[in-house]
Amino acid sequence: MSAGKQSLLEVRDLKTRFYTFAGVVNAVDGVSFTVGRGEILGLVGESGGGKSVIGFSILGLIDPPGKVDDGEILFDGTDLRRKSEKELQKIRGKDIAMVFQDPMTSLNPLQTVGEQIDEMLRLHSDLDARARRARCIEMLTDVGISEADKRLNNYPHQFSGGMRQRVVIAIAMIAGPLLIIADEPTTALDVTIQSQILKLMRRQVRERDASMILITHDLAVVSQMADEIVVLYCGKIVEKGPKQDLISKPAHPYTQGLLGSIPKLHGRQERLTQIPGTVPDVRNLPKGCNFRERCPFAQARCAEEEPEQISLGADRSVACHFPLEQELEP
Amino acid sequence: MLGYLTKRLIQMTIVLWVVSVIVFMMMSFTGDPVFMVVPIDATDAEIAQARRILGLDQSLLVQYVKFLTSIFEGDFGRSYVFRQPALELILQRMPATIEMVLVAMAFAVIVSIPLGVYAGAHPDSRISKTIMAGSLFGISLPGFWVGMMLIYLLAVQWGWFPSSGRGDTVEVFGLRLSLLTTDGWHHIILPAFTLSLATTAIILRITRAGMMEVGRQDYMKFARAKGVAPRDVLFRHGLKNSLIPVVTIFGLQIGDLIAFATITETIFSWPGMGKLLIDSIYRADRPVIVVYLMLVALIFVVINFLVDLLYTLIDPRITLK
Repeated sequence: MSAGKQSLLEVRDLKTRFYTFAGVVNAVDGVSFTVGRGEILGLVGESGGGKSVIGFSILGLIDPPGKVDDGEILFDGTDLRRKSEKELQKIRGKDIAMVFQDPMTSLNPLQTVGEQIDEMLRLHSDLDARARRARCIEMLTDVGISEADKRLNNYPHQFSGGMRQRVVIAIAMIAGPLLIIADEPTTALDVTIQSQILKLMRRQVRERDASMILITHDLAVVSQMADEIVVLYCGKIVEKGPKQDLISKPAHPYTQGLLGSIPKLHGRQERLTQIPGTVPDVRNLPKGCNFRERCPFAQARCAEEEPEQISLGADRSVACHFPLEQELEP
Repeated sequence: MLGYLTKRLIQMTIVLWVVSVIVFMMMSFTGDPVFMVVPIDATDAEIAQARRILGLDQSLLVQYVKFLTSIFEGDFGRSYVFRQPALELILQRMPATIEMVLVAMAFAVIVSIPLGVYAGAHPDSRISKTIMAGSLFGISLPGFWVGMMLIYLLAVQWGWFPSSGRGDTVEVFGLRLSLLTTDGWHHIILPAFTLSLATTAIILRITRAGMMEVGRQDYMKFARAKGVAPRDVLFRHGLKNSLIPVVTIFGLQIGDLIAFATITETIFSWPGMGKLLIDSIYRADRPVIVVYLMLVALIFVVINFLVDLLYTLIDPRITLK
């Protein structure tokens, strides 16, 4: 979080575990970060890195066998973990809204788009039916759907994927949330649609001075959108910092690996670098640094000691014994 | 829609025709009805005369053609036993059966849907496991045994309910209805409950399976992320999405109960059409049996048609073609 801005969400030492038959999975293992007001935070990591679980933990939507075991989730000063289910229901959708990954499955196929947007206003506003309808039309128009008054009566299957995600965004935005958690909002979409949706989301968030947590595996998306970046690996934060700084000077070998796998638009394209190996089994994490086996710079110490977060100046930190220092070429 | 209706009507006609052929053939193999009609000491000449009057002296094919042509003239044949038009005989008894079936189905739905939704939403809870174990009783306990136990306990021992009959009826538009009198309700509860048990168990299990499937869908979690209360997530978003198989089974069950409530009607001496069917089979009352089974086929076809219409009301993605 950049200095001077007020914080909206502060996650402290969050631990979410899944108690499965095969063993306990530390999906989120001691994660701390802060989202400032009006700020977009990018949560980046590979699949299985615990990114989505963070989003659901914030909203209190972790189902058994999962459980938020420890930590604080301070939203606007109060700890969401201490709230009852009833109180959380008033916060979900109204103060913190969510956009899911796949718009093909996140809308109820048997309700009209209008009913599904209207449900938000029925739950979170005192407007009467007419005012609600007007508001729905306005919102739908605002996310770029033409003839919104007619489209309200359509069912999700009458929309394309990109259009459905616009509807989902309309649902998320309509109650005026302070924080939007977007879980891979463009992953299921066509590349051409992706940037449209991202632009739309950024505009919606900025115009309302809302904050957003953008969960993605795609550093390219994050670098377009985010102010701050948090990189996760095996449920732990390996590096965080302001976007520009982190992208131009990655300190963790994993971040560098992720950056190396993004194709560049200009200049001669060399072979994309890939991170060797795969994510270790989360039920059976190695001793020492989780990234060790895939790290080109690993040394003996990495196998023994788990690296702590070390500060690299004002807003930056990294969890690595041997942080990188070289600057990447732009 | 018009094309669809025409198609369904043609289908229906074919089904009814096939049923009539099968039933007619089957009936000709099951004993000679003449001996049910004539007195024990009838002479050969009297028997031959009776056979001629009933039209049984002709070949099966001629009998069938006669039967078919008279149907088109609105004559469905006369009962050998009651000497009344067979259709009229059945229709007189139909309201009693339909009343009992409707009460049974209403009971089944009221009990099974909420329990099924609960068991599907919390599959691991102890209550759900109890519900599911209970539903096994509903499926495996034979209706006649349950009926007799209920009569023994609630009617004979404790005297809470009458053990048989239909009670007072009121005539509305020529139909004798018992649901409009308290006494009628008093009489209908035990047989309807007995009849509903198996259906309750089946619908409960189907609802549970559907809810478990739907529970994994993203839109359920999205609804929760919107701030919808858990119960509304289940009933407003979940239930409708698992309703297609439930409605299908519901339709089949309602047809099945109307057609073959025979056992329950016999145990509770309920004057419905199932009891008439049993009596007619004993007495080889061929016209009644044939008309009865064709009527049953018609009921099934109509119910299935209504179920198809219901599909389109539930799911906008389904269209009738």
